[in-house]
Amino acid sequence: MFWLVGFVLLFVLPILNVLPAEDSWLHVSDFALNRFGKFLAFAILALGLDLIWGYAGILSLGQGVFFGIGAYCMGMHLMLTIGSQSVYGSALPDFMVWNQVTELPFFWKPFYSFSAAVLAGLLVPACFALIFGFLAFRSRIKGVYFAIITQALALMAWLVFNRNETNLGGTNGLTDFKTLLGFRLSDPGTQLALYVVTVLCLGGAYAMCRWIIASRAGRVLIAIRDSEQRVLFSGYSPATYKLFVFVVSAMLAGLAGILYVPQVGIITPAQMGVLPSLEMVVWVAVGGRATLVGAIVGAVGVNLGRSVLTNSFPELWPFFLGGLFVVVVLLFPDGVMGMARQVRGKFAERAARLPKSQAVEGEQT
Amino acid sequence: MDESHHRMKRLIGIGVCVAYLGWFVLGSVVAEAQTNVSPSPPLEQALADLSSEVDGTREQAVRLLIEQGDASLLPRMEELRANADRSLRMAIKPVIDTWRHRANLASPDAETRRTAATDLGMNGRVSAISWLETAAANESHRWARYAMEESALLLKLASDDPAVKQQAAAKLGEMRSQNAVPALQALVQAGGGESATAEQKALAQRATAAIERIESWNVWSSTIETLFRGISLSSILLIMSLGLAIVFGLMGVINMAHGELMMIGAYATFVMQECFKLYAPESWFDSYYLAALPAAFLASALFGLILEATVIRFLYGRPLETMLATWGVSLILIQGARMYFGDLTAITAPSWLNGGAQVLVGVFLPFNRLFIIGLSILSVMGIYALLFRSRIGLRVRAVTQNRSMSACLGILTRKVDAYTFAFGSGLAGIAGWALTLVGNVEPGLGQNYIVDSFMVVVTGGVGKLAGTIIASLGIGGLNKLMEPSFGAVYGKVLILVLVILFLQRRPSGLFAVKGRHAEG
Amino acid sequence: MTEHGSIIYLEGVTVDYDGFKALNNLNFIVNHRELRVVIGPNGAGKTTLLDVISGKTKPAAGRVIFGKDRDLMGMREYEITQLGIGRKFQAPSIYGNLSVWENLDLSLSRPSKGIFATLRGISTAAEREEIDRTLETIGLQEQVRKRAGSLSHGQKQWLEIGMVILQDPELLLVDEPVAGMTDEETEQTGRLLQSLAEKHAIIVIEHDMEFVRQIARIVTVLHEGTVICEGTVEKVQADDRVREIYLGRQKVAHG
Repeated sequence: MFWLVGFVLLFVLPILNVLPAEDSWLHVSDFALNRFGKFLAFAILALGLDLIWGYAGILSLGQGVFFGIGAYCMGMHLMLTIGSQSVYGSALPDFMVWNQVTELPFFWKPFYSFSAAVLAGLLVPACFALIFGFLAFRSRIKGVYFAIITQALALMAWLVFNRNETNLGGTNGLTDFKTLLGFRLSDPGTQLALYVVTVLCLGGAYAMCRWIIASRAGRVLIAIRDSEQRVLFSGYSPATYKLFVFVVSAMLAGLAGILYVPQVGIITPAQMGVLPSLEMVVWVAVGGRATLVGAIVGAVGVNLGRSVLTNSFPELWPFFLGGLFVVVVLLFPDGVMGMARQVRGKFAERAARLPKSQAVEGEQT
Repeated sequence: MDESHHRMKRLIGIGVCVAYLGWFVLGSVVAEAQTNVSPSPPLEQALADLSSEVDGTREQAVRLLIEQGDASLLPRMEELRANADRSLRMAIKPVIDTWRHRANLASPDAETRRTAATDLGMNGRVSAISWLETAAANESHRWARYAMEESALLLKLASDDPAVKQQAAAKLGEMRSQNAVPALQALVQAGGGESATAEQKALAQRATAAIERIESWNVWSSTIETLFRGISLSSILLIMSLGLAIVFGLMGVINMAHGELMMIGAYATFVMQECFKLYAPESWFDSYYLAALPAAFLASALFGLILEATVIRFLYGRPLETMLATWGVSLILIQGARMYFGDLTAITAPSWLNGGAQVLVGVFLPFNRLFIIGLSILSVMGIYALLFRSRIGLRVRAVTQNRSMSACLGILTRKVDAYTFAFGSGLAGIAGWALTLVGNVEPGLGQNYIVDSFMVVVTGGVGKLAGTIIASLGIGGLNKLMEPSFGAVYGKVLILVLVILFLQRRPSGLFAVKGRHAEG
Repeated sequence: MTEHGSIIYLEGVTVDYDGFKALNNLNFIVNHRELRVVIGPNGAGKTTLLDVISGKTKPAAGRVIFGKDRDLMGMREYEITQLGIGRKFQAPSIYGNLSVWENLDLSLSRPSKGIFATLRGISTAAEREEIDRTLETIGLQEQVRKRAGSLSHGQKQWLEIGMVILQDPELLLVDEPVAGMTDEETEQTGRLLQSLAEKHAIIVIEHDMEFVRQIARIVTVLHEGTVICEGTVEKVQADDRVREIYLGRQKVAHG
């Protein structure tokens, strides 16, 4: 199944984008492919969120922050590559000229290098999660408390990134990118390549999460969700495991941000605040917690729905999103994957009433 | 700055001299020329001179009119102004203003008297000194009298007599007059120059001392105002957090739609206002606000009841899921309000909440803020009474402490939950009602403070009102305390850091349950 | 000073819950390979005693020494567990979403329980064998692939006991092991505890006097946070103060 989906994403869709004629029903437009690439970037983030929330039971309402940091790291690099092609023709990004900044702030300088930007996009969220998580988990802040604190974190990040004096573009964020590694971003070929990179990253992220979940550490995570006390008295330090998974999820969010920016072409504080962070939780909830596939399905599905609905009925999207949340939590706590499992279970039951129904229930392991 | 000030003063002086000369020359000429016309009083003449194009005549007339005329001539003046050109209108304006202010010194409204006095002080007509002093002698309102005295002294600073100047400077220092600082600084500058006379130097010394006094008072008054702002924000947070905290204590649930329940309360207030506009006599309008209190409480409580019955009751023991579901509800509510009411809806505060009270020099407390502080105290007392002095409260506390034991004792815990949730929601409605005084009624109203009030609940801990009170005082107070030095945004960031550090020591808030019921 | 041969040694331990002294200047010693039963009326501080030893509660004063000279004060629960103190809770505390095998596998004593070790770790043949042996002891071979949350109450109790055994602790803390068990299960548990006591030291908290008589060699009676009597079952039952505060009370309760 993994290989089949991977094959479709990695080969079939790009081929359908390149080969068939534009008016053929088989043709996948550049726009559609680009959109899909964005959703797949979100799916990477959803994988991380699923690790921490679905498996370890820790609800982080601050994933948008890590996503935003990753995206800004990439965005800063793209801003610097614009060089003097900008509106004001200055080597500085336009908004700095506008804000009468005369010299590039020191923390922008490393971002001239692409690899430094990518590295920062992964490591800055990781460090941030490390410090924040260390403080939170060490003192056993958990459950509702952790959720609230991370939500406050999202609010603060949003406030700070909105400020002009932080030199990150203020409310308007970073945009108007031109090239990436010398390739024009407006070129369909570049976007196709970005799509392929995103698919590969998603595949890698999925494989890594699968590996974590399949290892004994993955079972410790589920154990923490079931009974943190017993974990302590089995000789594991829950704080360490939580910290690990929190950092991993932050890095995945950062990676998603890195891939998001060149495909979408803009990053603003609005993408990293309280609301987007909560929306990310919906993706996982809709897809089905504690199933990695569910996280991907949810992220792609909800965003697909969002782009369809916001196009045709922009006013109804909040109703839909809110309703989705209530309905999923109340009626389908296991999400799409849970429903699929139920349907499959009924099928199997009807097909052959196997006496050996003692196999491990659930798919967590 | 100081130099231009200097030059201006010199120019004014020259202008005045020229005007005097002009008056004498012209006056005698005109008088001689018009001997056959019945001699009009000098004021009559001045009124006529206003239209004169001759240099100096107009200025002279203005002076005279200001000194000797009064508000009884206003109709004549208005008439003049109606057909005047731009330069004449400009010339007339100070005359009219001064007369008006002078008349207003005797107004029945203390606030009007006060503004008039302040304006007279600013506009610098020496003749106003005696008016101000007379008015001050008869003034009973403390702050109006203060303004009158201050203005008279300010005008005296421009006097020719050095002794009067010195006295005025000292007196202004004693009064901690805010408005005098620029004038005093000018005096200090004048006395600091190389060419300054001994007189000017002495005056500068006095002025420096006065400024020091004023500024040391400023530190106090701004501290008091910061404290007040902190308490005011704290009380807003407190009103918002009370309902949240009670529900959290009882059910371990954070209601993310709490902010939207406040929004419902605010819109209930708005609807009540519109109803009064449409159906009630105008003289009743102010009482719409009082009528809106029960409306806001009931609307939000009813909504809370529905929310509890349709969503929350199915999620007991799953606090994180409850957060998510209630957040979904809040999205729907915000969008619903946006579509129904539009984006911005204004509330006219009742007139008895307009304005404020001046308690000290430089310390002004707006009534609406005082009202919210009072309301928060009342809410706390009410909740305290309800929780600790009533049978219902006893049940709520019992369930809070030990749910299963309470159930065994025959308490209908489901009912207690539902009613407590409705009550907490009603409190949110009251918070929304109060918030209409300090902000617009808008769909996003609940979002403004909600994260802060979540933090209050988390910091305050479960099950003790005192925790919520102290936490909102702490977070609200720190917010305002750090705002001047760090700015609002970084102040907030710092507070988050402080809260996290605080939770290091007390991971479940100020008042955590200890002992055998404590969670591992 | 630490007495030679003691596995756990508490001296002057006081636990204060907002003015309520759950333990009050408590002194308590258990020797190697001893099976000690702690009894006492409700609120005597029995569970708090286990909390202090296992690191769940930090005492306000006193010393807790494990083995020869290991000071447990200020250590975290998982560190204490890794030193060799296992704990079974009163209400079964297992991982409901994991299979029985996984429950046991996680509990098995291993040289490192850090994140990087568990990310790589694969069970060795010897470890599998040990788990199989324990499965036999607790009689859950049939349920090995079942989700632990779907076990019956008694099975969960057994599973937790198995988990604690696999930790191979030097000292086992057991809180009311037979609560909710049938007579037969109770007797089985008693036999299991006695056989475990051949290799480990065990502290058992129990209410069921029948059960206490079955397993106990030495009984400690707690009351209001202090030890008021210690000795054989007969000696304890003969003690006047114990009769007064514990047995006497029970008589009143039953009468």
